[in-house]
Order: sequence, then C-alpha cells, then structure tokens
Amino acid sequence: MMNALTATERLALIREKGRPTVRDYIPALFSNFIELHGDRHFGDDAAILGGVGMFGTIPVTVIAQVKGRNLEENKRSNFSMPHPEGYRKALRLAKQAEKFHRPVICLVDTPGAFCGIEAEKRGQGEAIARNLMEFMTLKTPVISIVLGEGGSGGALALAVCDELAMLENALYSVISPRGFAAILWKDASRESEAAELMKITAEDLLKFGVCEHIIEEPEGGAHTDPKLTAENISEYLSEAIPRLKAVDTDEMLRRRYDKFRKIGVFSEG
Amino acid sequence: MAIEDLFKVVIDRSKADTKPKADSKQKKPSPGVAIPQGLLFKCPRCGTVVYRDDFERNKSICPACNYHARIGWRERLEMTVDKGTFTELDADLKTLNPIEFPGYEAKIQELQASCGICEAVVTGVCMIHRYKTVIGIMDSNFMMASMGSVVGEKITRAFEYATKNKLPVVLFTASGGARMQEGIISLMQMAKTSGAIARHNEAGQLYVTVMTDPTTGGVTASFASLGDIIIAEPKVLIGFAGRRVIEGTIKQKLPDDFQSAEFMLENGFVDMIVDRKTLRPTLSKIFRTHNYTRAEEYRGGAAK
Repeated sequence: MMNALTATERLALIREKGRPTVRDYIPALFSNFIELHGDRHFGDDAAILGGVGMFGTIPVTVIAQVKGRNLEENKRSNFSMPHPEGYRKALRLAKQAEKFHRPVICLVDTPGAFCGIEAEKRGQGEAIARNLMEFMTLKTPVISIVLGEGGSGGALALAVCDELAMLENALYSVISPRGFAAILWKDASRESEAAELMKITAEDLLKFGVCEHIIEEPEGGAHTDPKLTAENISEYLSEAIPRLKAVDTDEMLRRRYDKFRKIGVFSEG
Repeated sequence: MAIEDLFKVVIDRSKADTKPKADSKQKKPSPGVAIPQGLLFKCPRCGTVVYRDDFERNKSICPACNYHARIGWRERLEMTVDKGTFTELDADLKTLNPIEFPGYEAKIQELQASCGICEAVVTGVCMIHRYKTVIGIMDSNFMMASMGSVVGEKITRAFEYATKNKLPVVLFTASGGARMQEGIISLMQMAKTSGAIARHNEAGQLYVTVMTDPTTGGVTASFASLGDIIIAEPKVLIGFAGRRVIEGTIKQKLPDDFQSAEFMLENGFVDMIVDRKTLRPTLSKIFRTHNYTRAEEYRGGAAK
C-alpha cells in the first residue's frame, strides 16, 4: 500500500530497466488484440501503438506510448517520444472508437513529444493541439492511465479524458525535473531538488484534481511483479469502464469539460 | 597593426554584428562610440539599426527586412480596434502560487509594476471595422507571456463569453509556452483553453489566430494552432520546441529561417502572412465572409 517514496526515488524507480511497458501490459489486459497502423496522412509512428481488443467482454480501443525494454526496442519506438503522425494516428483511432461506441484506453508513458526538425515541419504543435480539442468532445468514454513518465504536452495529448489514473509511482509534469531545473535555475544538475518542488507525484496530482485514481504497485515497484501490477490495472478498469459507459453522453461530455475547466489557481476581485 | 589587418577586424566585426542572434540577452556592449540606450533599434533578424522613433512610427516593423517586432498589448490594441470600442473582460484575476515556487509572487509583482498589466494576456470586447468581436492580446513583456492559471482562465472565459454571445474571437498569440513556475496546473491550461475553443467551434463561431513573435511551446500546442483561420506576422518565430532544445537533440545548427512564419506557411500550418498595416482590412474581409453583421455607426478607424 501507499509507500512514502519521494519524487526523486520514484523518478529512479520509473527509470528502472525492468519496469513493465505497454508491451507487457497490453497482452495481460486485453484479449483478441489487433494492432492498427498509420495516421492516413504521412506514416506510422512506432512511438504510439494503437489497436482494438477485448477487455473481458467489452470491445475497447487502446492507444499506448511505447517505451522500449531494451536499446533495440527504444530505437524503434524513438524512446517513446512521438512525432506528429503518432498523435494523428491516436486521433484517427479515437474517432474510429467514437463511431463504434468503444471506450478508449490511453496508456501514457513518455518523456515528451519529440523535438526535432521533422516534427516541427509536420506540425508537432498543431497535432497536440488538435488532440486536446478533439478528445474534449469525443462522444465515447476515455480513460487515461499514466504508467511511468507523463511528460508535458506529449503526455497531455493522450490525457484529455473522463478519468485519469496513475500507477502509484508514476509522475506527470509540465516538463521533466531536469528541464525545469535547466530553465528556471540554469542548472540541470538540480534535477532532484526540482522533482521535490514540482508536485508531480500521483498523490500531489490527486490533490490538484488532475488525477482521479491511484493504482497500487507491488512493494518495491511495478518491476518487482509485473503480473500483479497488470491485475491491479485490470481491477481498476473493470470498475471504471462500466461506470463511465453508463453515463449519458451529454452528461459525460459536460463532466469532462468541467474536470479541466475548474483547474487553475488564482484569486478574483 | 597593418591596414589590411584592421580591415579584417572591421569586416569580421560587422559580419558578427549582422548575424541574427537567437538570444538578445547575450548583447555585449559594443566598443567605440557609446549609444544612448533606447535611442536605436537593432533588428534581431537582419541586424539593421534604425532610430527607435522612426521604427515605432513604422508600427515597430523593421524597414529593411519587414520583421514585425514585439509590441506591448496597448500599442497592439490601439492599432487594431476601432477607437473607443474596447471593454476589458476579467481584469481582476490575480496570480497565486500553486506549487509554492520560491520568489514567484515577488517576480509577478515586479512585472506588474514594470509592464503596467496584471498578467500576460488582456481580453475584452471591441469593434474591428465595425464588426463586434472578442479580442485577446498576449504581451511578451510579461514573463514571455507564458501561460499559467490566469492566462488560461482569461482565454477560457473569453471563448465562453464569445460562445454565449455568438461572437467571433481574434487572439494575438505570443508566448514562451507553459509557465513552469505553476507546474502541472499550467499544463492543464492547455486542455482547458482547447475545451473552450471546442465549444465555441461547435457553436459555429469564428476563431482567428494572429501569431506574433514568438508563438511557441504549450501555446502553439493548444489554442494558437486551433484557429479556423491562422494569420502570422512576417518573420516572427513560430514553433513547438525551443531552437536550442532541437539543436541539442540533433547535434547540429538549424537554418536561420527555421520556425519562422514563412516556414510555417510553407509547411501548411498558417493560412497567410499579413502585414500589421493591412491587418484590419484583412480581418474585416474575414468577418464579412462569416456572416457577421456590421454595426451601422461609423466610429472612425483604429485609435492609432
């Protein structure tokens, strides 16, 4: 149950080589899974894996960011840093899910959207922005689960949802602690100090109303027992999917809007 | 020193001076004649130096390369809206410190004093060529117009107001991106503003983005990129990732025109590049093709 790890300890934990990835979770959570490729505009981004499958007896669409389990896999999936075509593939599959009234399950695990020449040329900003707007009005339930790193806009593009869950040790932040330290203090080596200051743990985000649910990890972290971690995710989904599916669509969209609408800290008058 | 060597020194120095600088903070005091600060404007794109008075009379546009320089919200408002028609919305929202970032409140107070505004965006209702519209102007003088709670909330409310009152929205975007000092709360403003735009969009109302220098980061990745029509000012910086971040990732120098308005036009992410001097008639033409009714009373052009 709730350990008392610091943000820095969790940062180390989610970088553990053996931390399970979507390649471990998808087969454990979904049966009859069929991977679907491509954004229909430019190409297929291996940093985002998408497809359809069964969660128990319910057909679902799965959109997942792919951390590699070794260097070879990481090269293929660009260390889970998507290009615009990855986000456009995600949107295509989400729209398809809407058509067939399938809930969408997004598995978030990225240091951030890729920063490079090609990504800029193909409109990284536009691709993320489009997802934020379209997911907000998607007429089917969306559940996002942060598995490890939830890095910035690159994570948010798959996290405009009805409910956000986080694995106990996952982190979700506006920028990596290292980037935060580099920008605000001009000193990337103050990463650990930044991690503690930024309020990026699942408990912090629950307080801010950004996250709705924390999924327990086994003692010592998800990598010590991937099977048990998958079971915990499964237990959460089997409660959440039917609950969200039961809500009337207009009501669901109103709640989704309000969930984000009320986030902000300011005074008035 | 031989005369040839002296020549070389002068030529090298002038080459170095005309090279566009990514970071204006790195300015070094130039040797030789001391120039009173603020008297001259040096274009960050082409290096041309002009008298500041002339430059400002020219709507802060570089006479040599047509770079549309950064301007404050008041100047922008005066050159854009019909005289005397602006009513500000939500002027009393105040910034707090959600992650208790050390020194944040003090920094905000200091900026409020030096910029004369509460936060990095001003929103309101106005007329442009007698078309009633909601307007938002981001001011890069205020913490590089980064988006925190107040910016996100004001933009969201501006869209909600426009949706309710069946009005178009014109947003002048400028931003370094999400405001780090507000942590995850600033990231959520991207979703919040995009949600409000989705509703405005579903209500069939028009949203025009005018991208100004610089439009980057989380603002490019949210409301700036969602206009029905996206206009950019000449030579301004538009992009998602910071130049140095990309150079660090790919380990090579980027071409000078990378992430410019012209680059975005070429790659299909803006509809048109419009000069400051012709923006008002351009907006007017756009309103006209979107079935907005023009007010009858003529109010006599822009304030400036």
